[in-house]
Amino acid sequence: MVMLVFGLILYGALQTMISTKIIGSFWELNIILICVNIILSASLNLINGYTGQFSLGHAGFMAVGAYVGVVATVKFGLPLIVALILGAIAAGFLGFLIGLPTLRLRGDYLAIATLGLGEIVRIVIMNIDYVGGAAGFKGIPHLTNFTWVFMTMLVTLFFIKNFANSSHGRACIAIRENEIAAEAMGVNTTKYKVMAFTLGAAFAGVAGGLFAHQFYLISPTSFTFMASFNYLIMVVMGGLGSITGSIAGAFVVTFISAALASFPEVRMIIYALALILMMFYRPQGLFGYMELTNVAPIKKFLDKVSGVKEVST
Amino acid sequence: MDFAHQLVQQLINGVSLGSIYALIALGYTMIYGIIKLINFAHGDVYMVGAYIGFAAVTIGNLPIFPALLISMALTACLGMLIERIAYKPLRHAPRISLLITAIGVSFFLEYASMYFVTPTPRTFPDTSLNFAFSVAGFVVNGQQLLIFGITIVLMALLTYIVQKTKLGKAMRAASFDTETAQLMGVDSDRIISMTFCIGSALAAAAGVLVGIYYNTIDPLMGIMPGVKAFVAAVLGGIGILPGAVVGGIVLGVVEALVAGFLSSTFRDAAAFAILILVLLFKPTGLFGKNTNEKV
Repeated sequence: MVMLVFGLILYGALQTMISTKIIGSFWELNIILICVNIILSASLNLINGYTGQFSLGHAGFMAVGAYVGVVATVKFGLPLIVALILGAIAAGFLGFLIGLPTLRLRGDYLAIATLGLGEIVRIVIMNIDYVGGAAGFKGIPHLTNFTWVFMTMLVTLFFIKNFANSSHGRACIAIRENEIAAEAMGVNTTKYKVMAFTLGAAFAGVAGGLFAHQFYLISPTSFTFMASFNYLIMVVMGGLGSITGSIAGAFVVTFISAALASFPEVRMIIYALALILMMFYRPQGLFGYMELTNVAPIKKFLDKVSGVKEVST
Repeated sequence: MDFAHQLVQQLINGVSLGSIYALIALGYTMIYGIIKLINFAHGDVYMVGAYIGFAAVTIGNLPIFPALLISMALTACLGMLIERIAYKPLRHAPRISLLITAIGVSFFLEYASMYFVTPTPRTFPDTSLNFAFSVAGFVVNGQQLLIFGITIVLMALLTYIVQKTKLGKAMRAASFDTETAQLMGVDSDRIISMTFCIGSALAAAAGVLVGIYYNTIDPLMGIMPGVKAFVAAVLGGIGILPGAVVGGIVLGVVEALVAGFLSSTFRDAAAFAILILVLLFKPTGLFGKNTNEKV
């Protein structure tokens, strides 16, 4: 509840700064991009961080959401909200279909299988002339704005946070910690793995829809496995299994690439070195398993605000 | 020019492309076999090999064989250096950290070379191999012969090293069970280093051969062949050397057939479709044995 209020305050502040032009259009675009990336990294975190299933095909699900979304708005004239929902359903359904057989695989094999599936999605889209083929889909109306993206992001974060804290989420965490032990304790591992995969894919689809309606043009080249790597890096950088981490990871990665936009040659070199050094000195990511809401002083403050009495021992 | 004729012609093209995949896949499979890492940077090592070969031919004015040897030697050093700097400190870290580091190294190699040699593709100079002859109506060109020849020589050499030398014995032992090998007196750090050395040299050879075959190289050329070579390694059974060769050649042939008979845009999809099918029906690969999971 308190976090929701904070979210709305942040929204108000940013929206005021955007409408009064304190934040220029370059940074406005990047704030929107950060919000889209937060949806993607949080949803990937559900699969990789909470359930411990290594997926490298997130860009593929995003692509499905994006293309279904633009077909809905451009070819059928549906409103954005319907397009986003349709994109989410399509991506989620694909995630379900793909998840059922591939989630039997473990570790590296799953990683490489999902990478392959993401690429197949991209190549299939490239060969469908109805959506523009390799040249991309042009003439998409600019329907996304800051409000849409921010509100969708809040909904996504709340959903994923609540999912992670529910009994389903705990089953997922049990699978991450030890799949065989979880199964022995009566957790239906296939069910929860597929559930996490489907939900993650569906939210990636939503993010894809928002992304597509921001940039007037989408092309299959935006959804290569390099893009999937990027989302994975956000999740790992922030901390696997931490929503706060996903937010921080998406923010840091997007912010760094925006800030270094004027030095394109060195940008990726710095990025690569930062990544390697991060793995050396803080492999658990910025936040590890920790949530910002669990850091002692903040937790105390939150409990105070929401009226939870501290249990004295 | 009937169907059978075209089929055989595509097979010839497929095998030469497949030999290249096989050379890269060998490095993948050796490295995975020994430290269980999908070395995403391997494709970029192959790219660096191609550039070193290119520099040796154009700046050094060397003929193709010395250029190939220089490229293999320098790239082998690069491979060992990467292992020493980036992977060795993470020997006991979680697997995901190692994987992310490999992605980081891959980005670094791509964009550092882009910084130094500019992103424009370079054209490999004429190698006096641009002759082609036909056997019973099938065209085989000089580059393809060179690829077949060098691949066969390198594979024979690799088989000798792995099967007959002490180093090879140690490598096989370490890949079977690193800890036990260490207890038996195998210096696993040295073996891992040598594995990267050999794997990178093979990738460099593949890079130079691709430069000669397709005539053009660029800093991002390693991404796709890198992933596909991994597919080849999985197809043959990861960690198994003959498997990587067979996987590479099968992949090359399938790609050539798809490109020749269906559509060249589906070429890449074919590789990944094979991957998914293999993983679903025989995840251990064509040559792999099923192992039971221990709790």
